[in-house]
Amino acid sequence: MASTPLLELRGVNKRFGAVQALSEVDFAAPAGEVTALVGDNGAGKSTLIKIISGIYAPDQGEYLFEGKPVQVNGPQAAVDLGIATVYQDLALADNLDVVANLFLGRELIAPVRRLDETVMEREANQVLDSLAVRIPSVRTQVAGLSGGQRQSVAIARSMLGEPKVVLLDEPTAALGVAQTAQVLSLIRRLRERGLAVVIISHNLADVFEVADRIEVLRLGRRVAVFAARQTSSDEVVSAITGAKAGEERLATDINMEEAER
Amino acid sequence: MTARDVDPRLISDQPGLAGMVAGFRRRVSQGELGPLPVIIGIAIIWVIFQVANHNFLAPGNLTNLVLQMAAGGTISVGVVLVLLLGEIDLSVGALSGLAAAVMAVLNVKHGVPGWLAILAGLATGTLIGLVQGLWVTRFRIPAFVVTLAGLLAWTGGLIFVLGETGTVNLADKNITGLANTFFIPLDAWLLAVLVTAAYTVERLWDRRQRVAARLPVPPLSVLVTRVALLAVALCAVAAVFSADRGLPLAAVIFVGLVVAFDLLIKRTRFGRHILAVGGNTEAAHRAGIPVENVRLAVFVLASTMAAAGGIIAASRLFAVNQSSGGSDTLLNAIAAAVIGGTSLFGGRGSAYSALLGSLVIYSIQNGMDLLGVSSDKKFMVTGLVLLLAATVDALSRRGREAHGRA
Repeated sequence: MASTPLLELRGVNKRFGAVQALSEVDFAAPAGEVTALVGDNGAGKSTLIKIISGIYAPDQGEYLFEGKPVQVNGPQAAVDLGIATVYQDLALADNLDVVANLFLGRELIAPVRRLDETVMEREANQVLDSLAVRIPSVRTQVAGLSGGQRQSVAIARSMLGEPKVVLLDEPTAALGVAQTAQVLSLIRRLRERGLAVVIISHNLADVFEVADRIEVLRLGRRVAVFAARQTSSDEVVSAITGAKAGEERLATDINMEEAER
Repeated sequence: MTARDVDPRLISDQPGLAGMVAGFRRRVSQGELGPLPVIIGIAIIWVIFQVANHNFLAPGNLTNLVLQMAAGGTISVGVVLVLLLGEIDLSVGALSGLAAAVMAVLNVKHGVPGWLAILAGLATGTLIGLVQGLWVTRFRIPAFVVTLAGLLAWTGGLIFVLGETGTVNLADKNITGLANTFFIPLDAWLLAVLVTAAYTVERLWDRRQRVAARLPVPPLSVLVTRVALLAVALCAVAAVFSADRGLPLAAVIFVGLVVAFDLLIKRTRFGRHILAVGGNTEAAHRAGIPVENVRLAVFVLASTMAAAGGIIAASRLFAVNQSSGGSDTLLNAIAAAVIGGTSLFGGRGSAYSALLGSLVIYSIQNGMDLLGVSSDKKFMVTGLVLLLAATVDALSRRGREAHGRA
């Protein structure tokens, strides 16, 4: 059991024009645990994820992977380290089929520089089977899949690189009941494999289902870290909204409804 | 057989030829028309012109048609690449003229050997493509603007290079041979056999690999039908050429380039990256694809193809003059790519659309020439056909979206 977290950020600052999106934010994602990153809209969650995955560079701050400082100057650098990201907008190419999307950017090559379609198709089938994803055919264009299927393809894609850290931005937002359960059990399976899983979610029910740790961002700052089993939905919501727990029950009830919507 | 559950809602084709036909009809009804509208269009155009002038489908005229197509079609292949990215290159016409002029002047006025002058002409295209591409990717200026500037600059460059006479006549056999060499009819038949054989072998080998990997394969009857259709088409082409002057080198060059680029787009990692960048640039970037390098490479390739087309055109004309690479060169090249099925919005298309689209455009122009139609009407008809093609594409896109395809 490692004492240093697999992924750690310290003192991250990020500004966009006149808006300080993140101020002195610390973040840690230990291996073999699910860390949930929660916060209201505009709290800075997506920005933090994009810094972790290499899309943005922080203005200031340390980025530590396996305890050592690293330079992540692009999405490919993050992927090379073993950090896979599944974005909220899924980043799928609609004009290509499932196999092409799964292997986007890391296509397999057969001798004489041609795409090894056979091996890619077989591996695509395998990874989708292992995640119990039902898709008519891996040769369907992604544009023809349902929202839940697209989400599954995006998650499956992140699995192909055998990552050590997986970031999921609102993974269950567009999913129906059965697919949400599937994705959550998938997340648990990732944890069992020893990966560090980070999920952003507005859905506190889902968070409490799978998370081990909950980090709360509010207005660009980290305001709380909870161990999931030792906290309650109320506490988390008050951290998100800034209202004091216990005080003014009425206000808290209203905020809870807003957070769950 | 994989253990994966098959979704019971899936409509899968019945095995066998009947299933393939039924599947084809379903796809057509859903707007996945593929090259069908273009092929039907070509057939209609040919029937109309043949009825109007019985010489249209004569081997001599069809060979002329192919020779007319080769230069513009080559440029069109480059345009297809740029369109696949979701970009545009307005300089291809002017550049084709300039590259041909550089070749001609080096050969005629400076005694550079023909083949070297050809290489210099191609290099002009490559270099200019590099400059324009760097300007677009490094300075992030829209390609429309950069290539429009190129169009103006290279038009001026053409006049400058040609000098006072304004025309350079070509006599070098290596250069003029490009568009005026014909192989003996036997070569046409041999090529037909070779290509069919190569296609069959490749498909069979791919099928064997898929079976070994336990992936689904289409029924053998599908492959047999495809090979038969290909063989018939190639034999028809060989017969036409054999009845006239033989197999034109220009046709071999043009179709060879089409096939080569089709393989590039569909079978290589680079080609896959082009489609990804055109389909969803942000997704490609996040997947680690070097988007700017891909775009740069495409502009370089397109400009090189423009130069190649210009050189073939000069060879055909036996000269380069101030109207080489003029306005309808650009318009025909883009129109051919679009009519042939490449989308203006990126991510959809193939190198064969340059071939099919060129067939449409040059058939119309050739047919109208035979009927003695004046050039004003030629322009109008070509414009109308382009509009029709774009409309069919847009309507079928709506049909595709309704049925869940990009």
